[in-house]
Amino acid sequence: MKVRVNGRAVEVPEGAMVSAAVALAGEAAFRRSVTGEARGPLCGMGICFECRVTVDGRAQVRSCQTPCRDGMEVRTDG
Amino acid sequence: MRASYDVAIAGGGIVGTACAEACAAAGLRVLVAEPGPIGGGATAAGMGHVVVMDDSPAQMALTQYSRALWIERIPELPAEVEYLPCGTIWVAADEEEMQECRRKKVVHDAAGVRSEVLDARQLSEAEPHLRAGLAGGLLVHDDSTIYPPCAARWLLERSGAEVVREAAAEIAGGGLRLRSGERISAGVTVNATGAWAPELTPGIEVRKRKGHLAITDRYPGFVRHVLVELGYLKSAHSITADSVAFNAQPRRSGQVLLGSSRQFGAESGAIEAAMLARMLRRCEEYMPELAELTAIRTWTGFRAATPDKLPLIGPTADPRLYLATGHEGLGITTSLATGRLVADLIRGHEPAIPAAPYLPGRKQEAH
Repeated sequence: MKVRVNGRAVEVPEGAMVSAAVALAGEAAFRRSVTGEARGPLCGMGICFECRVTVDGRAQVRSCQTPCRDGMEVRTDG
Repeated sequence: MRASYDVAIAGGGIVGTACAEACAAAGLRVLVAEPGPIGGGATAAGMGHVVVMDDSPAQMALTQYSRALWIERIPELPAEVEYLPCGTIWVAADEEEMQECRRKKVVHDAAGVRSEVLDARQLSEAEPHLRAGLAGGLLVHDDSTIYPPCAARWLLERSGAEVVREAAAEIAGGGLRLRSGERISAGVTVNATGAWAPELTPGIEVRKRKGHLAITDRYPGFVRHVLVELGYLKSAHSITADSVAFNAQPRRSGQVLLGSSRQFGAESGAIEAAMLARMLRRCEEYMPELAELTAIRTWTGFRAATPDKLPLIGPTADPRLYLATGHEGLGITTSLATGRLVADLIRGHEPAIPAAPYLPGRKQEAH
């Protein structure tokens, strides 16, 4: 499967989560806090909400809980 | 033994702090008694909408005067007050509500309030996430939103008033008695304890009216104006039954504040799932994509409601005991005008608008 992270194509295996695709794309900061600090996956199980990204135009999606789909457009605000 | 004060105010919400600031600016020596956080009651629970409302001429006069006072203060407002000059759109679902838009526009024009009627296309351009098929709306330009607890703290700081972190147990014309038993003497005492005012001044016509709110995560630009359904006026918010109305508000953070509900007779501040669900469903009817957003917090608060929907501002049968309560859902808007009225009445000055419609001794008719 191919997804795009900030416009860059990333190849991911079936069943991979969006968080894995973002990491594979080399993005360290998944989002920015209110005060501008870099944030990324902490718990990996949907509790901490630190890994939120924009998926196909929808903001504040938890990347660790969202499976990749072929052709998905992912955007981080890191 | 404390010094004597010109004015002792029970309640450190936006109304109490606005009274403190206006009285201090008039040269009076002021004390505020507040056991909890400043602006931590209904002030923190509300939406922070600064809005002109025209249910009655007296409501129009008070909200217009007070909104002008907020606009005057814009250059002074600290950043944390989050002033956002977003305007209000009254959303019309059908032709009947469009007629109401046009009626309001005439009232606004006569009073010098800037507003414009939007047709369906203009509404959809102004707020792309509203559902298709709405009739239009009325955009009121100079309405805004603020973050009220910080506004209350700012007003209190500006006042330089003495603050005592204790609840008033008893108030009378000559001052107040704190829960600890300490007495504070004052020339005038003001009851500004919102929905709890009848506990200190029994018999006044103020009732608790519970409301639920929800706030989303940050979705900048999702909502651009304060959106209020016009059904709010004609059916939903009757004075008797529980009701909900679509109300969405942008915050500076990009969050969306969602309301509203109104209930009498609810004493517990607990979130009621059925009422919250009803409120959110109403919001979703107007903005279907809200269902895709994440709400991060829900809460409740108590408005101080009066039968004629006007606050109680001014002296009681005891001319040294004042009320400043009963602001219902408009306390943030009308706080500054309330402070000015209280300060003017205490000093025997002519207020900028007639005080008679808000005086506690008036005859109240429910409408």
